Amino acid sequence: MKTKSNLERVLEARQFAVTGELGPPQSADREVIRRKARLLKGYVDACNVTDGQTAVVRMASWAACLIAGEEGLDPIAQMTCRDRNRIALQMDILGIAALGINNVLCLTGDHQKFGNHPTAKGVYDLDSIQLVQVVKGMRDEKKLQCGEVMAVEPHLFIGAAENPFADPVQFRAARLAKKVATGADFIQTQIVYNVERFAEWMKMVRDRGLHERVKILAGVAPIKSVGAARYMKTKVPGMDVPDSVIARLQGVPKEQVPKEGIRLCVDIINQVREIDGVAGVHVMAIEWEEVVPEVLEAARLLPRPKSVI
Amino acid sequence: MLISERKPIGEILSYVESDQSILLIGCNGCAQGWGSGGERQVAEMKNTLQEKGKTVTGSLVVDMLCDSTLTKLKLRSYKKEIAGTDAILVLTDGAGVQTVAELVSKAVYPGCNTLSSGGAHAEWKESERCLECGDCMLGFTGGLCPIARCSKHLLNGPCGGSQAGKCEVDASIPCVWQLIYERFAQLGQLDRLEKLVQPKNWSVSLLSGPPVRRFR
Repeated sequence: MKTKSNLERVLEARQFAVTGELGPPQSADREVIRRKARLLKGYVDACNVTDGQTAVVRMASWAACLIAGEEGLDPIAQMTCRDRNRIALQMDILGIAALGINNVLCLTGDHQKFGNHPTAKGVYDLDSIQLVQVVKGMRDEKKLQCGEVMAVEPHLFIGAAENPFADPVQFRAARLAKKVATGADFIQTQIVYNVERFAEWMKMVRDRGLHERVKILAGVAPIKSVGAARYMKTKVPGMDVPDSVIARLQGVPKEQVPKEGIRLCVDIINQVREIDGVAGVHVMAIEWEEVVPEVLEAARLLPRPKSVI
Repeated sequence: MLISERKPIGEILSYVESDQSILLIGCNGCAQGWGSGGERQVAEMKNTLQEKGKTVTGSLVVDMLCDSTLTKLKLRSYKKEIAGTDAILVLTDGAGVQTVAELVSKAVYPGCNTLSSGGAHAEWKESERCLECGDCMLGFTGGLCPIARCSKHLLNGPCGGSQAGKCEVDASIPCVWQLIYERFAQLGQLDRLEKLVQPKNWSVSLLSGPPVRRFR
């Protein structure tokens, strides 16, 4: 064990892992985080806390992680390169480790153009792969990016993201290989709706032997409405929502669409679970956290292994 | 006027490590004026490369390398040299390097760093090809600039928002990483994309503030 992470412990025990996601509020309201954390506690092995998702100003990930941790979750601090240079990123890495946060997810970040401050200056001093390398160097060699050595290193379980549905498709496994080579311990993928394309990507991943060097968690998410599915298909960068998914939701009466969305999510979990090299699922039920237990129960992923947090 | 200076020879040699033969191209415009890639510097580079055991397949200096039409005409008489070389080293600013990369299907490397446009851009009026970052990355990316043309200045490949060859920020912007991938695929050099590119030196960029040193 490199860290005190509950997620690391579950994955190292070769149990099929489940992570959740919690979006901090666009205000200083800590009760929002407490409420969402209580909905997820006991149902996920660890929980991502987003870092200015879609480039909208929200409570800082590290602060929300602290509150979620008080509620008993094992938080994963998301950290994007969009808003911080290498100095600020390393300061935050030291800070979250000192606060007892066990996991970090290294991201490039959604472009500032998509958020509520589109005229902001993007930073992008490092890219996500370089950030993985920096955190790994801090943890395993006690070294800052500049080469200076520190006294107490940050014990963090290092995550990164990959999108099997982005282009160029042939390069996506190569990009993952770079993240693995630089030190990622676990990977969470973009939400899978196109299982066939995900399986093709996993084959490229296995051909490189990457599934044996990194734990891969497939992203999944229940869909609440036909409109939400259409929005993801056309407006969210990097998403692949096949027409068959929209047709399936359209095929039931309107009041039954949320239930069908949950069933679809369960079906996808069952399908990705069968794919060799998939070590868990990352359930992104954003603003619909209350259905996570139902999804996991139906997918027979409950009860979770007892948390060490 | 694009102001450039020659990269350290060690960096240039690292780009052409696996290439034996090299064609040299300089520019009689800004690079001549700044002494970074005129006749004299091209001749010096030819000697240096030969001393290091490389074969120089030819050398030429174009009047305005950033002018795509002129350069295309000039390169026509060097078809044989281009076909017979492993790589092309261009001694001028980022605009000139990218002009050559766009015209030939060979590995093209920058021999200079672009420090400033001196307030004006050269011949690329409608598309920004050089942000004068001072630490030219074109040697890692097949002659297409990830600083000027990627919305997130990514150095190790496309972000998760690249779809159907377009940038997530605006569907009218080509994803430069898609273009970089296609270029390396065409050159049979996709292995170059597997190598990790280290964090960039931004201290030499005008984006970090006014120039901390005199250009000359």
